[in-house]
Amino acid sequence: MRLNGRFGRFGGCYVPEILVPALEQLEAAFLDAQEDPRFTAELNDLLVNYAGRPTPLTRCRNLPGNIYLKREDLLHGGAHKTNQVLGQGLLARRMGKTRLIAETGAGQHGVATAIVGALLGFETVIYMGSKDVERQRLNVFRMELMGARVVSVESGGRTLKDAINETLRDWSASFETTHYLLGTAAGPHPFPTMVREFQRVIGREAHAQILEQLGRLPDAVVACVGGGSNSIGLFADFIDDPVRLIGVEPAGKGLNGAEHGATLLRGRPGILHGAETYVLQDEEGQIDETWSVSAGLDYPAVGPQHAYLKESGRVEYVGCTDAEALDAFKALAESEGILCALESAHAVARALKLASQEPDSRILVGLSGRGDKDVAQAQALLA
Amino acid sequence: MSRYSAMFDRLGGTGAFGAFLMLGDPDLETSARLLDEAVEGGADMIEVGIPFSDPVADGPVIQAAAQRALAAGVRVGDCFDLIAAFRGRHPDVPVGILAYANLVVARAGFARDAAEAGADSLLIADVPALEAEPFVRDMEQAGIEPVLIAAANTPDDALRRIAKLSKAYTYCVSRAGITGTHAGGRFDAGLIERLRAAGSPPPIFGFGISAPDHVRAALAAGAKGVICGSAIVDLAHRGGDVAAFVRSLKAATGNESAAQ
Repeated sequence: MRLNGRFGRFGGCYVPEILVPALEQLEAAFLDAQEDPRFTAELNDLLVNYAGRPTPLTRCRNLPGNIYLKREDLLHGGAHKTNQVLGQGLLARRMGKTRLIAETGAGQHGVATAIVGALLGFETVIYMGSKDVERQRLNVFRMELMGARVVSVESGGRTLKDAINETLRDWSASFETTHYLLGTAAGPHPFPTMVREFQRVIGREAHAQILEQLGRLPDAVVACVGGGSNSIGLFADFIDDPVRLIGVEPAGKGLNGAEHGATLLRGRPGILHGAETYVLQDEEGQIDETWSVSAGLDYPAVGPQHAYLKESGRVEYVGCTDAEALDAFKALAESEGILCALESAHAVARALKLASQEPDSRILVGLSGRGDKDVAQAQALLA
Repeated sequence: MSRYSAMFDRLGGTGAFGAFLMLGDPDLETSARLLDEAVEGGADMIEVGIPFSDPVADGPVIQAAAQRALAAGVRVGDCFDLIAAFRGRHPDVPVGILAYANLVVARAGFARDAAEAGADSLLIADVPALEAEPFVRDMEQAGIEPVLIAAANTPDDALRRIAKLSKAYTYCVSRAGITGTHAGGRFDAGLIERLRAAGSPPPIFGFGISAPDHVRAALAAGAKGVICGSAIVDLAHRGGDVAAFVRSLKAATGNESAAQ
């Protein structure tokens, strides 16, 4: 490896030996591509003319306080995921791979991978826990419409964690022809660094937009944290600024019980899915099953850079319950006419709380995705 | 002299046969009996898995075995107790542990406890040579021998690191992918030769060993032994005769390897 792949003590490359050459190849391709103006130009063309960047920065007109939304919900595909699948798709082609595999929870990353698979002509296979397949039939069909094959995973708790296990198993046999298009800034090196760099565009745009609209930096930047890609992408260009950074974890049914996915608040350091990071686990190191109303945050580990930013104290991590997220989901729809993803609603909830405490604070919120996928679930929960 | 060295000396030119079982599958009592059956069938060394919730290097058979053990409430301490009891009954049979990294880092003194239970080696499936040094240091202090994995696609510089860090033997994977009996291996003589040149401890093939022909092919490629896992675990789960199956595979470790 050319980079060290560590964020303090966190990160690293904890995979079976057989996968190390594939990760070395990926790191080399990523670093070379960064230096290649043709790669950058093609990615930029896709981001602008295919995916619809830059996304707007919207000042909330009716919610209390001063809340600005970075509108990744308006990106093609409906979430920030598209930014980085385009980057990884171009890298896969550069490496001569012909097949993409990916894990998905609710289906957003699966849909994003299916998009790039269709666009760039890859055979695409998506692993999805069978419980999620049942809950997210519509997203399964969306992936299939774009030519992906969805494999239902029956092992473990049959959700995202198990889908990742199965994708890693596929990759350890198929890496010669196949790229594992990991969906977040987690997993073994180089994924956390590479995915952050492909998502950095969110924060770079938001930084310029808020300076233009407000004439100064925001007081706080708030984003939800599941695996951590939208938050690290938004935070990256604010880390050196005098700005509060707040990551919001899914507190599910409450942090005092077991039904949450608050890895940084309730987990402890361990090794899962290729990285040393915070992990929700029992005292023996067996991995816990997690819970969140938003499937996209329902994951027992977290990107290793977040583990580092927690320990360094640069980012504050807080929890938001299912109920608080649903309230914010409803408030944003009613007040601003925006249906956001339940994941993003966690960040909105925290911003509303902050706005009520500090009415003068300028708060930038990462609105990572749109809520169409969640409408049926919201109907059942709010009716 | 370590139990592994003594075993290789005793076997001379004959290949070592390693039998893998998941500790606590399906319960502690049955698990202890299955270990004995493997030795009775002629296993020269025993490899044992510690059940983990998320075994990414394992196929369906070993995953299911780990799940059965966890469902039975088996804990890491129970696994060390099983090893200690086995060590009491079989003072000379080398025992190697196969574990995942999170179990090792979650338990302060994992390597020491493993050594005290009487285990001889420890392989961590998701710790490649790149990340192995701190783990190897702990193992050496605890008095348990590290085992690392090498594969046909492992580049020479990594192979040299593996040869240096690995002590009891080097675990050679016969093919890409995960554990399981569905695909036979390709026993790459080139890998064995590269390991030998790098000064590796005795290379042993695992993955894709489920029939006498596989054993012969692995030894013909220059390996000093083989490990059979999923086929034994699957047979035990179906109530088959583990001793007889081990005997049939052990019988294939004879002549070909003596001709090396």
